[in-house]
Amino acid sequence: MSDPVNLISEWFRELLLGWGLSSTLVQLISFAIGAVVVCLVAMTVVILLIWVERKIAGRIQDRLGPNRAGPFGLLQPFADVIKIMTKEMITPDGADSVPFNLAPVISVAAVLLIWAVIPFAATVVGADIHVGVLYIIAVGSFGIVAILMAGWSSNNKFALLGAARAVAQMVSYEVPMVLALLIPVLLAGSMGINGIVEAQNVWFILLAPIATLVFLITSMAEVGRAPFDLLEAESEIVAGFHTEYSGMKFGMFYVGEFLHVFTIGALIATFFLGGWRGPGAATYPILGFVYFYLKAFLGYFVITWVRLSLPRIRIDHMLAFSWKILTPLILVILMVTAILVKVLENANVWLFTLVMLTANVFIGWAAVQIMKQVEQSKPPQQTFEGRPVAMAPKPPASANS
Amino acid sequence: MLDYLPIAVLIILATGLASLVVILGHLFGPKRYIETKMMPYESGVNPYGPGTRRMTVRYYMVAVLFILFDIEVIFFLPWAVVLRDFIDHSLGLFALIEMFVFIVILLVGYAYAWKKGALEWE
Repeated sequence: MSDPVNLISEWFRELLLGWGLSSTLVQLISFAIGAVVVCLVAMTVVILLIWVERKIAGRIQDRLGPNRAGPFGLLQPFADVIKIMTKEMITPDGADSVPFNLAPVISVAAVLLIWAVIPFAATVVGADIHVGVLYIIAVGSFGIVAILMAGWSSNNKFALLGAARAVAQMVSYEVPMVLALLIPVLLAGSMGINGIVEAQNVWFILLAPIATLVFLITSMAEVGRAPFDLLEAESEIVAGFHTEYSGMKFGMFYVGEFLHVFTIGALIATFFLGGWRGPGAATYPILGFVYFYLKAFLGYFVITWVRLSLPRIRIDHMLAFSWKILTPLILVILMVTAILVKVLENANVWLFTLVMLTANVFIGWAAVQIMKQVEQSKPPQQTFEGRPVAMAPKPPASANS
Repeated sequence: MLDYLPIAVLIILATGLASLVVILGHLFGPKRYIETKMMPYESGVNPYGPGTRRMTVRYYMVAVLFILFDIEVIFFLPWAVVLRDFIDHSLGLFALIEMFVFIVILLVGYAYAWKKGALEWE
């Protein structure tokens, strides 16, 4: 019942102890190696994801995507990394250089930190802490600080506008996101990530489809991708908070964004799609890795698909959607889930699933009906009848005569 | 406390790795100082006025709303963790009612903010 990762770490620990190192030091060294492996795997996955994303984008937009460097264009992202390494990094005059240079580092480190608590397989988790959900919420918000630092220190109007928009957007979507994460916590009765995964005899997407949807939407807003890419809206504010960044510092923001999207996929897989669970994963932990990465990639693909399909939404619509629709909806779902957990405390798991699914579908349907009613009761939008917007000028009457 | 040691190690290493990549960029990239290149970007014209200026008050209102709601939402977390335990000890109804009183208080503040127009972007 052991997996290769733990076998290797046990062997390595024995080896170091054999050299006469103290057990505390050996522990620290094995933690450090684990952390380096997590960071490097995440970075490598990001480099591959850049290729995957460009291929998907190409196919959706009826193009081929990268196909010159290497087989299927697989070497394209590596070429990009080498190119961006050799570009100049400009720190503009008047920029506040300490936060300006610190911001890209923080934006990557904040996302890497989330991977500390995600279980890859039954026995492989960096730190199985009891407050994993709280940790993810806390560390996930570090990215906002990086963006605010970047925008404020750039000494650029567009960067400042982008940062203000980013903070308003992320802060608004934080509230429904935390509420959506409460539902797996409530159903599992645990805040530890491994506890939540182990409680998913039935995947939580079946018990709480609306919470899954709300978490997907809010985390897309947290990452700031289309349709929520107001923070770098290139047709309005140049490039938003990273207008002044170039070279590898821009690359760090880019890597941070891709890594964050994949992390969101991993979080959806962990909280709602059963994490590493799957047929045979309990006996052969190595299968857990496969299931986990497949599910995480599924989440990533959905986010990319949405990004390539929808246009950017307006800022007032964006804020109203969070405060007026998602927050009340997820509060209602939370209350209903709590009541159902109490009422059906002795029920069969399949009956519980069926009731939860029905309740979620009903609440979703009711929410859509209420939104329709509200939209129809609004006064009709001002139209411009009798005032045509664009019309060819009439030829002067004397033209023909 | 030992549970948190891997996280501390990861904080140091993640920051170090990201800094290392940026420093590598510094080593390989050219460094040529040209005065016009170092100007803040403003669509190709000379920058007009200071770069950091005052923002509209609407962003601050969103921030205040967030502080109000997020602090209250954090109180849900311990409740969600122990709800099943409470039900097992036949205290479920008590836990539910306690929380619903809290949610009602939260909703009163929410309704007030909506009525006052704090949720509008006008």
